[in-house]
Amino acid sequence: MSLLQPKTLKPMSTSEAIAYAVKQANVDVIAAYPITPQTIIVERLSEYVNNGELDAEYIAVESEHSAMSACVAASLTGARVFTSTASQGLALMHEVLYVASSLRCPIVMAIANRALSAPINIHCDHSDVMGSRDAGWVHIFVENAQQAYDRIFQAFRLAEDNDILLPVGVNLDGFFLSHAVEGVATISDSEAALFLPPRKAKYYIDSSMPMTFGAFALPDWYFEIKYQVVEAMEKVPKKLAEVEEAYYKMTGRMYGHVGAYRTEDADVCLICAGSAAATAKFSVARMREKGIKAGLLSIRLFRPFPVESILPHVKDAKALIVMDRAMSPGAPSAPIGQDIKTMLYDAGLNIPVANFVYGLGGRDISAAEFESITTKVIEDLKAGRPIERGVKYWGVRI
Amino acid sequence: MAEVEKIILPGGIIDRPGSTLDYKTGTWRVKKPVVDLNKCTGCLLCWIYCPEPAIRKRDDGKIEFDYDYCKGCGICSVECPTKAIKMMEE
Amino acid sequence: MSVSEIKSIKELYGSDLIAPGHRACAGCGALVGVRQILLASKRPLIVVNATSCLEVTSTPYPQTMWKVPWVHLLFENAATAASGIEAALKVLSRKYGRQEHYIIAFGGDGGTFDIGIQALSGALERGHRFLYVCYDNEAYMNTGIQRSGATPLGAATTTSPVGARIVGKQQQKKDLMEIVVAHKIPYAATASPSHWKDLVNKVRKAQSYDGPSFIHLIAPCTRGWYFDPSESIKVARLAVETRYWPLYEVENGRYRITNPVPNPKPLEEFLKVQRRLSHLLLPENADLLEKLKAYVNERWERLNKLSTCFA
Repeated sequence: MSLLQPKTLKPMSTSEAIAYAVKQANVDVIAAYPITPQTIIVERLSEYVNNGELDAEYIAVESEHSAMSACVAASLTGARVFTSTASQGLALMHEVLYVASSLRCPIVMAIANRALSAPINIHCDHSDVMGSRDAGWVHIFVENAQQAYDRIFQAFRLAEDNDILLPVGVNLDGFFLSHAVEGVATISDSEAALFLPPRKAKYYIDSSMPMTFGAFALPDWYFEIKYQVVEAMEKVPKKLAEVEEAYYKMTGRMYGHVGAYRTEDADVCLICAGSAAATAKFSVARMREKGIKAGLLSIRLFRPFPVESILPHVKDAKALIVMDRAMSPGAPSAPIGQDIKTMLYDAGLNIPVANFVYGLGGRDISAAEFESITTKVIEDLKAGRPIERGVKYWGVRI
Repeated sequence: MAEVEKIILPGGIIDRPGSTLDYKTGTWRVKKPVVDLNKCTGCLLCWIYCPEPAIRKRDDGKIEFDYDYCKGCGICSVECPTKAIKMMEE
Repeated sequence: MSVSEIKSIKELYGSDLIAPGHRACAGCGALVGVRQILLASKRPLIVVNATSCLEVTSTPYPQTMWKVPWVHLLFENAATAASGIEAALKVLSRKYGRQEHYIIAFGGDGGTFDIGIQALSGALERGHRFLYVCYDNEAYMNTGIQRSGATPLGAATTTSPVGARIVGKQQQKKDLMEIVVAHKIPYAATASPSHWKDLVNKVRKAQSYDGPSFIHLIAPCTRGWYFDPSESIKVARLAVETRYWPLYEVENGRYRITNPVPNPKPLEEFLKVQRRLSHLLLPENADLLEKLKAYVNERWERLNKLSTCFA
């Protein structure tokens, strides 16, 4: 994955980068409700609309449930639609998420991942999106502002493809990314317009084709209508790769379904998603200098879980360390841990997985901690001690 | 699944407006309305009060029933100002 | 706002926007009212529907009774769905020349008074151009007759049964019209399918405004109110004639009773024809009857006074 060095970088937080991309994507309707830490996104978009820089209707809805409801309705009308939320907002719109995917609405939503109440906490963890991972949405995690900016364009093009027609969540770590300013290489308005021409919906609400959207389905039809979401999901990995290829031709930037760093000969591979992957990468680089054969796999495409992209990087590892920024109380593993272990089992690979829940409620994790976790696993491997399976909680004062 | 795919549009959209016509609710009836055309004035009140609708205006302005769909509720019979409609056993 | 008045039924005879074969109960009062509203409505029309009897009985996949574009999302968001479509059409017509449509949102009393009140309030406050019709059968009928905020005092429902200790619903009906009027929208009105001419002309008026309008429609339910299916319109008419269901409109804040009832029939006439309320006529429930009568009278007096001061 080569990175062209752009001549000028714009200083933007991930929130501002997302808003800027949404503006360039020429969305038609934004229906949004404020919630920390994504509020900046919707505020920027309001400014663009009110200044006439973006020709869109901004519906200032009275709750997130209404935000997603209005988005679904606008999307069914054939509009290009965007919204943004986090935490409680995502939880509040939960029932509408299923409607969005099952009615095949190509909505793009930025989710500034934040902890779920109670207790109330405005800082980063992934419990919000993990609670919705079965709703039939495509979910992408970004590690920095640049990725967030680029993924917005990719998300619209993927979602609106008439073979896909699934809503896409672009997940960014609350505060760690949403509020941190970085240098972002942008594309021009004309490049954006070329990459994302106006949406061409095949079916939409209009009297020229009086259709019924959202009928009542009995047991004889429900299953088949729902199964469409599965079929569309199965097409996503290949379609996203095509979208990325086209974006790469334009910008020289591409991210793939996973971000692999030094996994080729790794004894132990760290697996995580979001901004912590950037910290983990730094930690792996330091460990490698010390001769520790660690590797990192950053999960970028989370739903659908890109099994075929992950397996090649982990199949020869002696152990995996899966870091989850969300918990699943009562389950044998935390969310990403569940997917990884299922993947290994289906592939007939009995690689030990140490699954850790970390960073809940915005508790930070440092490169040193990643190193400490990894070296413990490596020592256990050397000493022939069994790697502790199940799920453990890292950094919590018990 | 391939054959069913041909029938199911994305999102389970229905593209046949008014397709409930396929289902003849006339089979629900226990009693059926019968109009005495001598008394019918063509006021169309029965038509505007019918929930289906299962009443049509004839060329002569008087009404006739669409027995394929009439559920036999009897509203027309109660509302007819000239008592032209009687509910009869099927 | 001057709008051409509909004077005869024959003006409305023509294309119904729904087809028969739907699964509504025989004699469904809601369907009669909805049909009348659609006959009078502007075209091209888009209909949004909350989860309700109307939605379930009209769209059994793969059939639909609707001959216009129709959208159903969830129980509590009909008003929001209408907002989304209205905003989308606004921008799409501006950017890409899409055709403008009129939008009607249908919700039951459950989906409007209770779970849908937030969505309705938001949509009215934002001023979207659409007509919201609450068809009110005074309980959650779709799920089997449970009480809602619209259920009248003393009424028997499955969650407010007439029991040995507590007799029916213990609270008065929520005054939704007042809540709607408080949003200062251009037009709000009550209607009854029994008074079709009053209803269709209200629809015309409502749709002439470039903003939100609201119609509160009585929808007698043969099943949940317990009367013979043939009497749906008769029951609706009795509701109006006893002043239980006043027919009035509030146009830009000005109240007007559109169907004066100078010599009302006693409320008992309305109560005795439906088993959900007829127990109020028993001597042991006399206090409940008095409270309900007081509610009806006080509301009429207030509407009368308001109507007079704006005359």
